[in-house]
Amino acid sequence: MAITQQSPRPERVFWTGNEAVAWAAVAAGAEIMCGYPITPQNEIMHTWVRLAHQYGLDFLQTEDELSAGFATLGGVLAGKVAFTATAGPGTVLMQEPLSMAEMMRLPVVVVVCQRGGPSTGTVIYSQQEVMLACFGGNGEGLRVVYAPATHQELYDYTIKAFRVAWKYRFPTIVLSDGYQAKMREALTVYRVEDQVRGEAYVGRPGVPGVARPPAHLRNTYNLEEELYDLLANYTTAFQEIQPRVGEWQEEDWQGAELLVVAHGVVTRAARAAVRELRGEGYPVGYFRPVTLRPFPAEVLRRWASLGGTMLVVESAAGQLRRLVAEALAGYGFRLEGLLRPGVGITPEEIVAVARGLLAAN
Amino acid sequence: MPRSWATENKPHRFCPGCGHPLALKALGEAVDDLDIQGRVIFGCDIGCSLLAWDFFNLDSVQTHHGRTIPVMVGMKRARPGLICVAYMGDGGGYAIGAQHLVSAALRHEQITVLLANNSIYAMTGGQMAPTTLPGQKTETTPFGRDPEKTGRPTRGPEMARLLGGEGVYAARGTVANVRQLKNYVKKALRHQMEGRGFSFVEALSTCPTNWRTGAAETWEWVEKKMPAEFPLGEFGGDAPDGRASRPESVLREGGGEG
Amino acid sequence: MSNVKMVLAGEGGQGVQTVGEVLAEAAYNAGLEAMYLPNFGVEQRGGVSLAYVQVGEEPITAPKFRFADVVVALSHRSVARSARYVNDHTTLVYDSSGEEIDGGAVGQARRILGLPAVQVAREELSPRVFNMVILGAVWALAPAMPLQEVKRAVESHLGYKFAVQPELRELNFRAITRGRELVAARFGG
Repeated sequence: MAITQQSPRPERVFWTGNEAVAWAAVAAGAEIMCGYPITPQNEIMHTWVRLAHQYGLDFLQTEDELSAGFATLGGVLAGKVAFTATAGPGTVLMQEPLSMAEMMRLPVVVVVCQRGGPSTGTVIYSQQEVMLACFGGNGEGLRVVYAPATHQELYDYTIKAFRVAWKYRFPTIVLSDGYQAKMREALTVYRVEDQVRGEAYVGRPGVPGVARPPAHLRNTYNLEEELYDLLANYTTAFQEIQPRVGEWQEEDWQGAELLVVAHGVVTRAARAAVRELRGEGYPVGYFRPVTLRPFPAEVLRRWASLGGTMLVVESAAGQLRRLVAEALAGYGFRLEGLLRPGVGITPEEIVAVARGLLAAN
Repeated sequence: MPRSWATENKPHRFCPGCGHPLALKALGEAVDDLDIQGRVIFGCDIGCSLLAWDFFNLDSVQTHHGRTIPVMVGMKRARPGLICVAYMGDGGGYAIGAQHLVSAALRHEQITVLLANNSIYAMTGGQMAPTTLPGQKTETTPFGRDPEKTGRPTRGPEMARLLGGEGVYAARGTVANVRQLKNYVKKALRHQMEGRGFSFVEALSTCPTNWRTGAAETWEWVEKKMPAEFPLGEFGGDAPDGRASRPESVLREGGGEG
Repeated sequence: MSNVKMVLAGEGGQGVQTVGEVLAEAAYNAGLEAMYLPNFGVEQRGGVSLAYVQVGEEPITAPKFRFADVVVALSHRSVARSARYVNDHTTLVYDSSGEEIDGGAVGQARRILGLPAVQVAREELSPRVFNMVILGAVWALAPAMPLQEVKRAVESHLGYKFAVQPELRELNFRAITRGRELVAARFGG
């Protein structure tokens, strides 16, 4: 199959997030997408399939998300830059291929467009797939999870996801949501000069057993110790990438008595709220993990060691808060939550809750 | 021993009397005859088939239960020059991964599936499979499989051919006749290599460990009882009407309700 | 001037998503900051759907907001669904061709603007361009942007229809102008 790699020219566009993701995948050098329809992910497929036609890339609509995930892994094993996208109940099914990717260190990229849950929930929006993205599957959560907040970031981090996945060989997730998927806003798209190149796990040149040893790839182990040694290597490798891969954003957090913590699209409201409060003279700061895995715990610990109150704001009933609490176990600070599972959060709500907490201090 | 076998990994890990090594011999010889060792990727499932992950001097990938078909589908689409073989048991193909088998046949995916039907879940300790014979005792049908409650055995090649029509080569051989089985596998591989669509070979196989049978009874079971439920032969390819073209040793013995 | 925040609510098929999307794109074309966020349930047709639009000169923060500067509610159910975004700064627009809306739900609004959009579309244009009359009205209530940018955005969304039936283009553009006139007539320009 002749694959011609092209990328869009630098250009200001007014797109949906799903369009941004599909274009970013092309720009990054992705060659194959396998997917199964589920809202609010669909327009990633719709856009990709048209781009694939234009650029000589491949698309497969599978029978379910299990097949989408595993066929994507098949593409990766063959050495192609491959990805899939899903949401909600599809993210649940996607845990099985993600778990195999973790065990076999396969650089698959999965775009997750969070919708309301549990179960069928809504097709609209949530931040309830944080635990699934970070720790779903039977394993240790050896995944990189990016939580972009704007369309520009969706474009940038989708490209980065392919790069990081193939560099470190951990499955990588771009954690979008229904708002980001469907809304339109401006972003600048650009060409990527050094596109991501795949590397074949199987089917390299030469007859196996004659010209070279065969690739014998497995995810099953006979002995406890065999598995333990392997996972010790993997977890060490994952810890080692943390300083290079972990990302965060903060604003005015030095000396802040109240730190507002959010991720993904909610950071936009959190940051607006903090600016407003700051303008009124309140000692408020803002912190945002850009990577939910690996979680930028060290940075938060520096703040937490000074004490104070932390307000976690999320469209879930405490999934980010759980990550924060785990990262900061043992530190003396007050942990509060503005938790709105499955609904959007406005700057006004955050301002009101923050004011209440500051008044109580 | 076929040239494509990895000799350093022998003796293999299967139980004495197991049918898998015979099915894998048929595959190995077919690969040798077609001289495609440098192009074949061997995928195996969960279940005893996974024990074949380092069986061949072929690039091999062991996947999850039922998921070998989509992995090989993705691989084949990524690199159509590879010859992709998915090896699995009856549980992987007909139960947990049935949707993948069905869809691969419907879409005429250019891969070859080789499925060992031993009428039981072996690796997990002898539970009922989709292929368990009526009356057969297993850990989950200790009083014999009752078709009234659990249905009739799945007939995979017939189903694949019915679903996929002309784009599907489907056959059922047996480890009791490796030469015939090898011919079916060769035809299946050629079907893939010529870009004609999906190819599927079921191999009737043995499991004395979970059948709890001795040697004579094991062979009686696979040579007589199983073909009565699962007719041997080709479906499609040389038999465009979709019926078995050369039904060999069709010994109808009834359901074995005893 | 701070950004204008709008909520457009209507029954599925009334075309509020097109109105929201076109308005946001026109604003973007005109060099303004713009965001459009659709919000609907699982039905492909029917049910109330909402469109959130923010337009202005300041960078846009969150996609959702507590109160809207403009709420457009095109059915009884839509009024109830969007009432939560109404406060004493809000201009509430509804279609006055039908029954009067329930005052209780919208009592707080700064001003209530009943526009006979359905009637105007039916009698002067075509019932099919009802949503373009609404587009014209929200264009009038949004930060200033040139007509040509609104037309360009309409073209990018409906151009495929105009290609088949070229006469639709003028019909749609007239509907937009009429919608703007309806608002101007109420506010004296």
